[in-house]
Amino acid sequence: MSDRMLTMAEAVREAMSIAFDERPEVFLLGEDVGIYGGAFGVSGDMYHRYGAERVLDTPIAELGIVGAAVGAALSGMRPIVEIQFSDFTAQAMDQIANQAAKIHFMLGGALHVPMVLRTPQGSGTGAAAQHSQNLEPWFASVPGLKVVVPSNPADAKGLLLAAIDDPNPVIFLEHKLLYKIPGRDPVPEGATRIPLGVSKVVREGKDLTIVATGIMVNKSWEVAEKLAAEGIGVTLIDPRTISPLDMQPVFESVEKTGRLMVVQEGPAHAGFINEVIAQMAGSSTFGSLIAPIKRLAGMNIPIPYAPQLEKAAVPQIDDIEAAAREIVKNWR
Amino acid sequence: MGHPLSSPEHAHHALLYMWRIRKFEEAVEDLFGRGMMHGTMHLSIGQEASPTGMCMAMTLQDQITSTHRGHGHCIAKGADLTRMIAELLGKKIGYCGGRGGSMHIADVETGNLGANGVVGGGIPIAAGAALASKMMKRGTVAVSFFGDGAMNEGAFHEAANMAAIWKLPMILFCENNKYGMSSSTEKAFAIDNLADRGKGYGIPGINVDGNDVVAVYEVAQVAVDRAKAGEGPTLIIAETYRWKGHSRSDKNLYRTKEEIEEWRTKDPIPKFIARVLEEGVLTQEQCDLIQNDAIEAIKAAVNEAVKAEPAEPSGLLDAVFKAVSA
Repeated sequence: MSDRMLTMAEAVREAMSIAFDERPEVFLLGEDVGIYGGAFGVSGDMYHRYGAERVLDTPIAELGIVGAAVGAALSGMRPIVEIQFSDFTAQAMDQIANQAAKIHFMLGGALHVPMVLRTPQGSGTGAAAQHSQNLEPWFASVPGLKVVVPSNPADAKGLLLAAIDDPNPVIFLEHKLLYKIPGRDPVPEGATRIPLGVSKVVREGKDLTIVATGIMVNKSWEVAEKLAAEGIGVTLIDPRTISPLDMQPVFESVEKTGRLMVVQEGPAHAGFINEVIAQMAGSSTFGSLIAPIKRLAGMNIPIPYAPQLEKAAVPQIDDIEAAAREIVKNWR
Repeated sequence: MGHPLSSPEHAHHALLYMWRIRKFEEAVEDLFGRGMMHGTMHLSIGQEASPTGMCMAMTLQDQITSTHRGHGHCIAKGADLTRMIAELLGKKIGYCGGRGGSMHIADVETGNLGANGVVGGGIPIAAGAALASKMMKRGTVAVSFFGDGAMNEGAFHEAANMAAIWKLPMILFCENNKYGMSSSTEKAFAIDNLADRGKGYGIPGINVDGNDVVAVYEVAQVAVDRAKAGEGPTLIIAETYRWKGHSRSDKNLYRTKEEIEEWRTKDPIPKFIARVLEEGVLTQEQCDLIQNDAIEAIKAAVNEAVKAEPAEPSGLLDAVFKAVSA
């Protein structure tokens, strides 16, 4: 069925289930992924369908969990690790950044780590500073990790299947507000992969290029719809994988629009989206810009608790709309 | 492989590998001294019996993870000496093509998942290898070598607990050489016997003289059998001592000359030679020949490695990721 709408949690579960059916060496491990079904319900009924060995509940021991996944990956398995909140990857960082990321290079290429680490990130749940961060720049700054930030269920499914196939460690960052909402596009049946390292042009318009990641793609879409009704055209680009990063569609779009806005939820300072700006600044496309590049990102603060404070900490639809209007109006 | 005293071949193996480790480390120290190696080095002189005894209880398919002081584990598991020296010299034929150096040698052929620059880093990895062995019904054991210092890392605790609850075919092999860099076990532990930690995980904690290759083999074999029978992990504490400093910068300010001298009298190599002569497994002449063989093997490895082509920076960018097959 081509009009099948799934939530991101359902799409991720479907991708994992397909991989489980395709390859006996794929298994899932993490805290409460078993009978509980995962803290956000992502593994759901997989425990009942695949059993306790392949949907493996672990002690609360993030460093040990990721380390065990690395060791299993080195020994012929293809583990999918679920870390309950991306914030808790801090506990596991040695195994992520010093072990998984470096083993292939550092050990001379004789070994590799086919492991996917899935983890929910992002604000909007009232869970405060230790359960709400966007940590993609941590991972993107470590050579040897591939980093995926899906913005919708269909992409999440195809990208996760590709990530599980990949012989390298892949960090798969799922925004928790996207788990329970259906995407705009149907999720195809079957096992179609979406290759890592290919940006997606979500929509095209003549006046402004917006590069957004994760949930900001959805917010930017809303803005683009509204502006389109007034005759302002937005090209919206979702990199989908931030390591490796495919800038080509961004260059091609900016050559046409002459205006670039970048949007991410994480803090502006040293954020991932700055890489897009840096690559643009150093490219021959820079001369096509008729406006200063606009950056919209989270405030440089820990995510606060109260809903009005939490909302103020990260870009909202109104902020994106105002910024988009300003850049189009002021620079002609 | 088998008990070091069970046949002349086994005794030969035990003695040869201890000498190989000793002579390898001496060669490394010499090459550093002559300015031919850069970076740093962590020598395991004085500790040769522990990896040799442990690895004699293992098959080629059994796996190990190792430490920053890992040359001995690598050699005991059967790695190629030339490729090891070549790696330390930054040569193309080195195990890591010059990208890893002393602290990152792995050898897939001999089940060596790699040395590690992070204290405790290899322990959860060995647990994962053991988990894979169990899930794939491979029948292999994974041994994690680590030092006393690693036993205070969270990685040790998390991995020991997971191995215990899942009854993984794993051995936690601590070479208690008495110091984590300058911190003595007396300063870093509130317990006298590190093996007591086993109780906290519900697994056996066994003490052994880590300078007695026969004793190490015997406890190792029991632990391997237990692991392969599905009964779970064992914590082995091998009491040993590093004669040399932690690394090149060590001035030995934290211990006395007398202490070092005392441990030199517990040298694992003469201890084993005395035993094989007493038991009549090898003759003095055979023992001398074995020592000579080790010296020659290391010399040959150094000569070949020195002559080998240096590693080139070209291709580094393509080495970060394994290529995705179509």
